[in-house]
Amino acid sequence: MIRFRVDGRSAVPPYLQIVQQVRQALRMGVLAVGDQLPSVREVVAATVVNANTVLKAYRDLEREGLVEARAGQGTFVRARPPGPPPGTHSRLGRALAVWVRQARAAGLDDEAIESLLRVTLQASAQEDIA
Amino acid sequence: MTAVIETSGLTKRYRRVTALSDCTVSVPQGRISALVGSNGAGKTTLLRLLAGLAAPTAGRAVVLGGEPRQDPAYLAEIGFLAQEIPLYRRRTAQDHIGIGAHLNPRWDGESVRARLAGLKIPLDRPVGTLSGGQRAQVALALTLAKRPGLLLLDEPLAALDPLARRNFLGALAEAGAGGGLTIVLSSHLIADIERVCDHLILLAESRATLCDDVETLLAEHRVLTGPRKDTTAIARAHTIVREDTTARQTTLLVKLNGPVIDPAWVVEEANLEEIVLGYMSQDDAGYGTGPEAAPLSAVGGDR
Repeated sequence: MIRFRVDGRSAVPPYLQIVQQVRQALRMGVLAVGDQLPSVREVVAATVVNANTVLKAYRDLEREGLVEARAGQGTFVRARPPGPPPGTHSRLGRALAVWVRQARAAGLDDEAIESLLRVTLQASAQEDIA
Repeated sequence: MTAVIETSGLTKRYRRVTALSDCTVSVPQGRISALVGSNGAGKTTLLRLLAGLAAPTAGRAVVLGGEPRQDPAYLAEIGFLAQEIPLYRRRTAQDHIGIGAHLNPRWDGESVRARLAGLKIPLDRPVGTLSGGQRAQVALALTLAKRPGLLLLDEPLAALDPLARRNFLGALAEAGAGGGLTIVLSSHLIADIERVCDHLILLAESRATLCDDVETLLAEHRVLTGPRKDTTAIARAHTIVREDTTARQTTLLVKLNGPVIDPAWVVEEANLEEIVLGYMSQDDAGYGTGPEAAPLSAVGGDR
């Protein structure tokens, strides 16, 4: 079963951290269709957040069609988020790791790498619009 | 949604000291409410008034539909955990479960055993020999065994180390997860309680300056940063809670009244700690006396 980690210092609100971790687990294949998510009580006790935070996250996931609540049983995975099949991420991740090593060797620090990535993403988004 | 706590103009004076003045707050059912404020702001007084341990000098409190009073029917509904955890140090947790069964009409001793077993806290050792964190857990489990509708906790975290604090808050969040129990806990540790609480009451100089759902407070406050400039335009459209000015830069904590249009300001979300500190420091700055300053926002709507 998936374990959530909620970072109180993150700028991302706690409920969204839970949503993102479920989506991420689905993309990576950690969670599959039919798997059960931990109960609200379990998440609350383990991550020390308010129950409403968990409920809000689960409701969001339900609205997205990724999970479904079954009365008296719990919350289950219904579908994978749209996107490439699992495996794609780890393959691209490995390619990116090679690139990051090159960037470090060229003298870029983390901040420079992040800003380069951001600029590239923005530029490619603009190309798509144009 | 029904309010479990509703006070209006609640005031408590001890001889010459006003411990709480004109305090009007409301807490909906099922909330975990953080009661924050500087030392001497009236947190303990408010909790004692709500628990029926003290009588107000003026004003009124309605808790779970009735006025707080020293009678068994009322006290059965209220779980109150005082700052100096009230346990018999030489008695075991098991002894306390027996005492509780004797004193309370509704008593779920089994829940205490289950909770403490889950936390691996021994039932058969004098509670005086347990760690501070374990004692706090025993006291919480005993208080919950009353099955109260309202749980009031006065600085429950003050004496606990970080791990014990986290475990205690976890147990508290779990107790509140059913939705039926309303919890109010006073604390100085905003960063600790922020994730667990979905409601906040701020007392400053014996008055309630904030009382609302955390979600609402986060939605209606922003931090504005910009070059040092005149703030009257902002003040006209919004409420400036706090202003920090250096030679070059102005930083504002603002209660929004609509979008900020002026592009000279960088608008960022405020976290709960910034909001609380912003309102608390109003006292130092000599704000908070005018009718406009420190508005008591209405209690948050239903969710």
